[in-house]
Amino acid sequence: MEQELPLFPEAASHVAPQVDALFFAWSAISIFFTALIAVLILYFMVRYRRRSVDEVGLPERAPNWLEVGWSIIPLVITLIMFAWGARVFYNIYRPPSNAVEYWTVGKQWMWKFQHPDGHREINTLHIPVGQPIKLNIQSEDVIHSFFVPAFRVKQDAVPGRQTQIFFEATKPGVYHLFCTEYCGGEHSRMIGSVIALEPEQYEVWLAGGPAGRSMAESGAALFQTLACDTCHREEAAGGVVARAPELEGLYGNQVRLMDGRTLLADDEYIRESILDPAKKIVAGWQPVMPTYQGQVTEEQLAQLITYIRSLGQQAAASDQPPTAEPAQPEGQ
Amino acid sequence: MSTRSIEPAAVALAPGTGGGHDHPSLQHHFDNLEQQKEASTLGMWLFLVTEIMFFGGLFTTYVVYRSSWPREFMAASSTLDWKLGAFNTAVLILSSLTMALAIWAAQVNRRKQVVFYLIATMILGLVFLGVKAVEYADKFEHHHVPGPNFVWSEDAHGEGGHAAAAPTPEQAAFAHHVEIFFSLYFIMTGLHAVHMICGIGVLAFLLVPSWKGRYNSAYHNPLECTGLYWHFVDIVWIFLFPLLYLLGAHAT
Amino acid sequence: MNTSNTVPHELPPPDDLVDQPNYLNVAYGLKSWLLTRDHKRIAILYMISVTVFFALGSLFALLIRLELLTPEGDLMQPDTYNRVFTMHGVVMVFFFLIPSIPATLGNFLVPLMIGAKDLAFPKLNLASWYVYNLGGVFTLWAIFSGGVDTGWTFYTPFSTNYSNSYVVATALGVFINGFSSIFTGLNFIVTIHRMRAPGMTWFRLPLFIWSHYATSLIIVLGTPVIAITILMVAAERLFGLGIFDPRLGGDPILFQHLFWFYSHPAVYIMILPAMGVISELVAAFARKRIFGYKFVAFASIAIAVLGFLVWGHHMFVAGQSLYAATIFSVLSMLVAVPSAVKVFNWTATLYEASISYETPMLYALGFIGLFTLGGLTGTMIATLGIDVHVHDTYFIVAHFHYIMVGGAIMGYLGGLHYWWPKISGRLYPGFLSRLSALLVFVGFNLTFFPQFILGYLGMPRRYWSYPPEYQVLNVLSTAGASILGIGYILPLFYFAWSLKYGTRAGENPWGAVGLEWDTTSPPPTENFPVIPVVTREPYDYTSEEVHRRTTQQEVPVVYQVD
Repeated sequence: MEQELPLFPEAASHVAPQVDALFFAWSAISIFFTALIAVLILYFMVRYRRRSVDEVGLPERAPNWLEVGWSIIPLVITLIMFAWGARVFYNIYRPPSNAVEYWTVGKQWMWKFQHPDGHREINTLHIPVGQPIKLNIQSEDVIHSFFVPAFRVKQDAVPGRQTQIFFEATKPGVYHLFCTEYCGGEHSRMIGSVIALEPEQYEVWLAGGPAGRSMAESGAALFQTLACDTCHREEAAGGVVARAPELEGLYGNQVRLMDGRTLLADDEYIRESILDPAKKIVAGWQPVMPTYQGQVTEEQLAQLITYIRSLGQQAAASDQPPTAEPAQPEGQ
Repeated sequence: MSTRSIEPAAVALAPGTGGGHDHPSLQHHFDNLEQQKEASTLGMWLFLVTEIMFFGGLFTTYVVYRSSWPREFMAASSTLDWKLGAFNTAVLILSSLTMALAIWAAQVNRRKQVVFYLIATMILGLVFLGVKAVEYADKFEHHHVPGPNFVWSEDAHGEGGHAAAAPTPEQAAFAHHVEIFFSLYFIMTGLHAVHMICGIGVLAFLLVPSWKGRYNSAYHNPLECTGLYWHFVDIVWIFLFPLLYLLGAHAT
Repeated sequence: MNTSNTVPHELPPPDDLVDQPNYLNVAYGLKSWLLTRDHKRIAILYMISVTVFFALGSLFALLIRLELLTPEGDLMQPDTYNRVFTMHGVVMVFFFLIPSIPATLGNFLVPLMIGAKDLAFPKLNLASWYVYNLGGVFTLWAIFSGGVDTGWTFYTPFSTNYSNSYVVATALGVFINGFSSIFTGLNFIVTIHRMRAPGMTWFRLPLFIWSHYATSLIIVLGTPVIAITILMVAAERLFGLGIFDPRLGGDPILFQHLFWFYSHPAVYIMILPAMGVISELVAAFARKRIFGYKFVAFASIAIAVLGFLVWGHHMFVAGQSLYAATIFSVLSMLVAVPSAVKVFNWTATLYEASISYETPMLYALGFIGLFTLGGLTGTMIATLGIDVHVHDTYFIVAHFHYIMVGGAIMGYLGGLHYWWPKISGRLYPGFLSRLSALLVFVGFNLTFFPQFILGYLGMPRRYWSYPPEYQVLNVLSTAGASILGIGYILPLFYFAWSLKYGTRAGENPWGAVGLEWDTTSPPPTENFPVIPVVTREPYDYTSEEVHRRTTQQEVPVVYQVD
């Protein structure tokens, strides 16, 4: 149980300091009045303790000015705090002029996000620091609630209507995202992260960069965006005949080429197959793969290779070319 | 043993002080019949307040949805037979009259008329329920009972037809909102009917003591309290009738 | 500082005391209890019922805190946990907190305090106990069949369309139980209006009566609304209606409005009776009239009225308009003021008082401190800017447990300890009872204060698993709960023990002023052989009075002499 003991959440949005200031002020007032009452009680308990058996207290009439006074003073204090709190509330809910729109749909038990450019994420949301964001919130089924403690913002996702929340991250980091309206079975697992990145890193990430996502995940995403899976797919998928060898179980195994050679499917082989696919055609397949030279950066190549390597862990159920050795263990 | 918080002149209030001897209906924890009567009446008024809040939740729901879906509510309302509803309203108002007359009869010590008017009230109540049963059966036939068998198509207008083709999203939404009207219709009138049945039950319960002459000019509080309840149930219906039946009256 | 006995001498109980007729020994046998019309016996019946449900609700609480010892969910399945916290809420709110003080202490004391022979409708009183148990049967059946997992708040459309649990059974149990509450409230209002002893004007009434009157107003106006709302939820679930289902044009937020319209005033049903108890305790153990009696009395009514205007503060982020949120926030500030007025008046009562530290007083003082903190955190979360962050987190959980447990339950325990001699005719051990009070106070704070921190950190409510950095605070909370549990269990033992072995109590072991202390302990069935005529102000403590009361009673010992 050697965890740190956090006592206060990070403040990572432009409203967080305002909320914290309000909270501190109210906490101070609360502690003050509680302490005041406690001290008075303790003092009176000692000072006016019963000293003889038949002793009674001294009844006084409550003066009206006192009663009115200690009604008015709490009223004034609470109304001031109300006004302050309302102002912070409007700051949270006032749409910023240059907000960029994102969308989220909550459903049992995940959050689906969509970026303005169409990028999709599940349970994790990458955003740039310093950019006002308007998040449109919907629910597919029951009431959920989108809550990022570090941003001090929260809004229920109500089925049948769309709600909005606004926030602007002020520093990069990984922040908890919680569903905070009870929604059934896996409510406590309907969590994720909001990852705030510096604007340049965010751009890199958008382009498929390594920031915020593992290499293999980035590679998997690229695999789709570059339409590799059009051909490299399971045969039965959608009834379409596969036009390229399955890549599951490929990495680390022997590959039989059309010209009769057998070689190991390693990093170099994968890399070459992407950039110059005509060089080594796998036996039993047509040479139809286009080259991706100039279309992928070095980083992206690395991600694709990592992804394909990760597929090597799958069951070695490759198609025509026989695979003799079992797949090598995943190196990561 | 003396009571300590009083001055020496303690006044012991024996039961039945108000009438010289205990009235047979006086309960032991009351000092006199007047106190008992006031307590019972206040209790019944308070109970009616709870009933107002109970139906109030339904009326609130109705108001919210009617303001959201006025056309759907009008269309649904027009499938209800307002003539039957009006007849029922008259029946209930008449039953409130007979209830009041039962109380009057007790006040003038006419034992047999008390029974007569109580029975008349019960019969009118049963007539009301009978008409409601007819209406419910009609709704059932037209598949207007909400739930899995609910069917609504605009052209059919409650003629029992089902939609020929699959409804458009707008038509489906319209049908859903109509179904909300019917949900409220059944819950509101159903709850009202339950109250009527309970009221008729209480009236039946009063018949035997009435026949025995228990209620007279000196004591008829149970009749009054029952009358209060009965009038309240009547008033609820007077609100339900226009809200449920008369929406579509001006619609073409 | 002498905190033990406050009376001059000890006399052995006289021989004839044992045979004095009272409401307990006037008849024996199950039938005499199950068909009783005596408000005092009905109060005992209720006491047994609410204790059973409190034990059940506490068991669920124990399971919750055990599960939350570790960040992963390893004690039970998430589905089971969801049922456990739901049943904890349902049982505690509807079957313990709402009825406890009114149906036990209220039923017992209201007629006594106003000088009446019984409540206005004794048969209705008995019926309310049976209705309570009928509702309990439905709920217990639902629990033992597998429970309900919607949260005690039954939010739609989860409760109507998605939950695979015994929603209808539980809803019916709560619906039926509501009538029990309504009958009690109705009874109290009529009794207080119509059955006061001669000379008992409104402003001579004990503040306990004012509190129960205000509570009864809320009960009568509010409970029917949740009744109809729950009925609609059950109907929707049973018949596939669409009243709250957005796919069928319904509005889930409408459910929330209807639900909270009752459930917010309900929290005042839970706290006002406890406040009434505290007024009695402070007056008795300070031997002084409550400072600002009229203001405290009117504050009760003000809380009842204002309490109906603030329900939307449960829905600030639910999707209601900013405008509505603003109005509910400012009204919520208003409702805090009468509570503050009460706290100040209780504290001021201690000034120039004559204070003793019997167990009931310890509970009362603990209440004032904890209620102050709980109430202030209430104004914090009524503040819009803060609530956005802490809504549906453990901050809210901490807030309402401070009021409900640190407030209402301590009020109930304090009242039980104060009136136990009157109810049972027996005294209980002084040391054990004070120890229990201390355990409750310490255990309570250790359980719930860390939850304020957890809430602001962001830990959501109703979570079965949580991020590991929240563990230390959760462990503290569970540790506190175990201490609190011991504090609750001890009274069961020494109260039960006192029934057989406790010293018999005299009329007025505390030397207090009030009509209930002017009759035997336990009282006779008709409460007073002669109906009193009231001429004095409430809490009229003078030395002569106190001397007369404390020296003339048969057994002046305050506590069981060990």
